[in-house]
Amino acid sequence: MTVILGQTFTGISIGAVLLLIALGLSLTFGQMNVINMAHGEFIMAGAYTTYVLQKSISSAGISLLVALPVAFLVSGVLGALLEWLLIRRLYLRPLDTLLVTWGVSLMLQQLARDIFGAPNVQTRAPDWLTGNIEIIGGDDPLTFANSRLFILGLAVAAVVALSLTLRLTPLGRRIRAVVQNRDLAEVSGISTSTVDRTAFFLGSGLAGVAGVALTLVGPIGPTMGTNVIIDAFLVIVVGGIGQLKGTVIVAFVLGVLQSVLEYSTTVSVAKVLVLVAIVAFLQWRPQGLYTLRTRSLV
Amino acid sequence: MNVLKGRSARAWAGFAGAAVVLFAIAPLALSDFRLGLLAKYLCTAMVAVGICLAWGRGGLLTLGQGVFFGLGGYAMAMHLKIADAGPGNLPDFMQLYGTATELPWWWKPFENPLFALAATVLLPMAVAALLGLFIFRRRVKGAYFAILSQALAAALAIWLVGQQATTGGTNGLTDIQGFFGYSLDDPVNQRLVYFVIAAALLLLMAIARQLINSRYGELLVAVRDSEERVRFLGYDPANVKLVAYVVAAGMAGLAGALFVPAVGIISPALIGIVPSIEFVIGAAVGGRASLVGAVLGAVAVAWAKTALSEEFPAAWTYFQGLLFIVALAFLPGGLASLAVLVRRRRKASPAQQTAAVPLGEAA
Repeated sequence: MTVILGQTFTGISIGAVLLLIALGLSLTFGQMNVINMAHGEFIMAGAYTTYVLQKSISSAGISLLVALPVAFLVSGVLGALLEWLLIRRLYLRPLDTLLVTWGVSLMLQQLARDIFGAPNVQTRAPDWLTGNIEIIGGDDPLTFANSRLFILGLAVAAVVALSLTLRLTPLGRRIRAVVQNRDLAEVSGISTSTVDRTAFFLGSGLAGVAGVALTLVGPIGPTMGTNVIIDAFLVIVVGGIGQLKGTVIVAFVLGVLQSVLEYSTTVSVAKVLVLVAIVAFLQWRPQGLYTLRTRSLV
Repeated sequence: MNVLKGRSARAWAGFAGAAVVLFAIAPLALSDFRLGLLAKYLCTAMVAVGICLAWGRGGLLTLGQGVFFGLGGYAMAMHLKIADAGPGNLPDFMQLYGTATELPWWWKPFENPLFALAATVLLPMAVAALLGLFIFRRRVKGAYFAILSQALAAALAIWLVGQQATTGGTNGLTDIQGFFGYSLDDPVNQRLVYFVIAAALLLLMAIARQLINSRYGELLVAVRDSEERVRFLGYDPANVKLVAYVVAAGMAGLAGALFVPAVGIISPALIGIVPSIEFVIGAAVGGRASLVGAVLGAVAVAWAKTALSEEFPAAWTYFQGLLFIVALAFLPGGLASLAVLVRRRRKASPAQQTAAVPLGEAA
């Protein structure tokens, strides 16, 4: 029993990381249909921001909390810059965007290597995140690492913040309008290019926040973005574009699935099985779990 | 009709020219070492022929050609490792890591050279057919297809790394000595491998050219440019795409199989996400829709990689990133589109313009 619960908890914490990574994508890929392969490098930028801040602020706790908004800004500005320089020229060619942003991601990785060196670096976790919480005591204890709990909280907070922004603010209304009907939004006086850039800023900023979270569970390195980006894209593909709830559900389901399969087989076999499960799922729902209903043929 | 004849004659002339360069000039002009490198680049070019068909003509951005390259390569390498070890012996790495005293069951069929040779092409085609059937039938397309194909490359590489006892893990299958009885240490036999590769490349280009110029080729371009319209005309776009994807997979498989004797190694690092996307960049730089452009682009990019990364590894990564950006954002037709532009300016006859295939985007 504890094993099942333990695997579920591990899965939920994997899911929380996935969710944080995929949340920014659900805005840029899901809403704006831009495949940004450099998203992983924006995560990396957030992680290195945490590292740099910790070098200058001695208290690990304060530097982590400061890193959250700063990383959001750093990655967000990088994203807005990328949108302005390249992506806006490519809105009609999504597949080319994929390859162009891959090129950007290669250059950013090399930049990180030149600045921080190729070996991975690490940050210290603050004291209040190093312990464990005991959920079931006794001889067969079930514990949950504080850092994992923090990531889960961060993921939930990010989802709530993003969905409130989309639902309640004027900016959110404009983003939704552009997603639903770009031409109509434009003739209604919405500056679609500004909306695009702002949405891209938000999505990339969320990648920075995810990067801060990743420093708590693993090392920081130039290739850390590449390692997670495919999984994040799969979350969006399975979750369906244009809706946050699909992303949230699928992130946790894939996390639990991955953790359970890893427990019963090996890490590498689990990866293959998850992919098979995804292809099988797309047979049933080729557009993903939830999708915006439109009358278009595609 | 005259135009067609002219095109055909030009194609034959180009073909003959390429054969002269590959079979006469290159072996005379290049040292054994450089010729070996060229053999490696030509393998990349073979993959690019398939990418030209699937992506350039069919709009299927396949970011997982490394999977098929790897399946072909591993099929060949498994046979060569068994042959190297001699009858009754285990391949060297299995003796090193493994506890097994005999070959795993899925290695056994590869003892047979004919099975292994057939598997290098048929195995990738079968995997592509299975995956394509599932994906294209349900009309999963565009970016979704690209991401799934990329995930497949990641999954295969991770799986291979995980199975160290039977696949050699991260190291892959290394140190291959013989090629169907010929020792690969002998420079003469290395030349032989080069000639086989050059011939295979020309063969694949001829096959691809026939496909592109056939009615099927027209249909493929039509599917790329307007899939719905093709469906309304009564064709099934899924089948059209499937054929292109499967043929491209077979070509990548053959390339992988010939890469093994040319380089002597196949490993997960050669087939994962990064190499898979590197196959695409060559075709993109040269011109994805143009067969010659894709092949020359692949060779040029592979050559630039060796030349630059030998001297300045960091510069190569920046250069590669820049190549992606410039080629795709600003020159989507690749260098081939420049050639077409020049030719069109010289003779502004409408027939010439058919050579410039407009680049569609599969939405």
